[in-house]
Amino acid sequence: MNAIEIRHVKKAFGKTEILTDIDMIVQKQTIFGLLGPSGAGKTTLVKMIAGIQNPTAGSIIVNQTMMPSFAMMEKIGYMAQSDALYSELSALENLDFFASLYGLKGKKKKERIHAVLEIVNLADHAKKTVSSYSGGMKRRLSLAAALLHEPEILILDEPTVGIDPVLRASIWRELRCLRQNGTTILVTTHVMDEAEKCDQLAMMREGRLISTGTPEDLKDGSKTLEEAFLYFGGASNEN
Amino acid sequence: MRIRALVIRIIRQFARDKRTLAMMIAAPMLILSLMSFVFSDNDLVPVIGINEGSAFEKSLSSQDAETVEFSSKKEAVAAAEKQEIDGYVTRLEDGRLEVMLEGSDPKANGAVLAAIQKAAAAEMPAKQPEPAVTMLHGDKDMEMFDSIGPFLIGFFIFFFVFLIAGVSFLRERTNGTLERLLATPLKRWEIVAGYVLGFGIFTVLQSAIIVWYAIEVLDIMMAGSIIPVIVTALMLAVTALTLGTLLSAFAKNELQMIQFIPIVIVPQVFFSGLFSLETMAPWVQKLGVAMPLTYGGTAIREVMIRGGGIADIASELLVLLAFSVLFMILNTFALKKHRKL
Repeated sequence: MNAIEIRHVKKAFGKTEILTDIDMIVQKQTIFGLLGPSGAGKTTLVKMIAGIQNPTAGSIIVNQTMMPSFAMMEKIGYMAQSDALYSELSALENLDFFASLYGLKGKKKKERIHAVLEIVNLADHAKKTVSSYSGGMKRRLSLAAALLHEPEILILDEPTVGIDPVLRASIWRELRCLRQNGTTILVTTHVMDEAEKCDQLAMMREGRLISTGTPEDLKDGSKTLEEAFLYFGGASNEN
Repeated sequence: MRIRALVIRIIRQFARDKRTLAMMIAAPMLILSLMSFVFSDNDLVPVIGINEGSAFEKSLSSQDAETVEFSSKKEAVAAAEKQEIDGYVTRLEDGRLEVMLEGSDPKANGAVLAAIQKAAAAEMPAKQPEPAVTMLHGDKDMEMFDSIGPFLIGFFIFFFVFLIAGVSFLRERTNGTLERLLATPLKRWEIVAGYVLGFGIFTVLQSAIIVWYAIEVLDIMMAGSIIPVIVTALMLAVTALTLGTLLSAFAKNELQMIQFIPIVIVPQVFFSGLFSLETMAPWVQKLGVAMPLTYGGTAIREVMIRGGGIADIASELLVLLAFSVLFMILNTFALKKHRKL
């Protein structure tokens, strides 16, 4: 089953073309990595999947629904690259706000807030205002906000930047657990060793998809993903 | 409901940010107080120079003027040069009065001339009885602050709400939280409505406190009842709120938001009743039609000075409402820049 289908998507801002003919499929219940340097167009692509931006040409279909769609946005969890939190408010109040936006209320809301705080290991700091949080804590709270409504599709834009290795490992454990329960996860990253943890990878460079497959497939012939990236990136330049 | 979540969040943010709350309420109160001191015109007592032994002294000093005697005009000119006297009066041989004014302060000039004319009139037997004056509105003790105060109440509420609402909405964008909101199923109009309601609660509080303060503490003239004034102030605040959030879409940062003050706020001062429109060129007068403060200022004056009620200012209130709705709709469209859906 396809969770996300991207068909000949093009995105341009004015005359600047950001994405050129992106065509890819993300299967249900996988952790799909979008790997590429900054400026490759990863964020633009995930924003279109999340429904915030519209493609200039082509179509994006999430769970058989053409994006953008309000009905589908209710089932997507999105964690932006920058921490979009209200620094005057406490972690609890931030989560309460986002939970209400997704229509959670009463006991269910309380349960979910408690659950996501446990997942990102912030339960002890829930009452502190976000302005007193460290960068890594804010990152974790952003992730918690994206998990609140138990989304079918989870889109994480550079989720583990500034998070220490121990916690990063625990977040990856949690992502695998979510996948087990049926969630499809799309992660962008520019870190190669993180990309290796994904089930499927798409390598992007300068607005183009240069290669897709499992990390093992992509590494075929090269020792590391980095080498593979250089190989595919170089090959596309020669064309 | 999603709008309710937005409103609760804005209230919580305000509760944490006491300084901004104070700016919305205490700052207009402080400026109004200062204005009331500056413009409560205690009558200027002119200092007038006269010749020694002049019979004019007696009649002049009974007219609220201080007199100083000089032996020659030369001496008087020297005193005026040092600004010790505001004017100098002598009687010419043919019986006419000659007046010399220091001249740099129009208010002092007027006071000198008024005192001299009154004194001269008192010397002569009255040819005509004084007219009996009655006033339909206002009263003869009305001070400058009573006439500009109603406008100032409207203006300062407009100014501070515009700035605070504009900057808050702008922050939502620059902090990335607007994008985060747009990744939820929140509709664009719901964001605009949430902001208007959330801030609206504070503007109700603000309008009521400031109007009460101006009337009860600053003792500004009040012919009508307080409720229509508060309603007008509130409508002005909502207009400022919707205009501020709309214009914040066209500012990249806080500084650019402040740059709207000379373009959007200051011109409204000239058209909103602080200055007499009747003396302006007709095409300039027409500009006032497009400015919310024109309607707010007119309505508050109607109530405070002319004693009008809600019915007398209904058309002004409706125009302010129309402005607010228009700005909200435009803002909903402006948000399309960030999300098409």
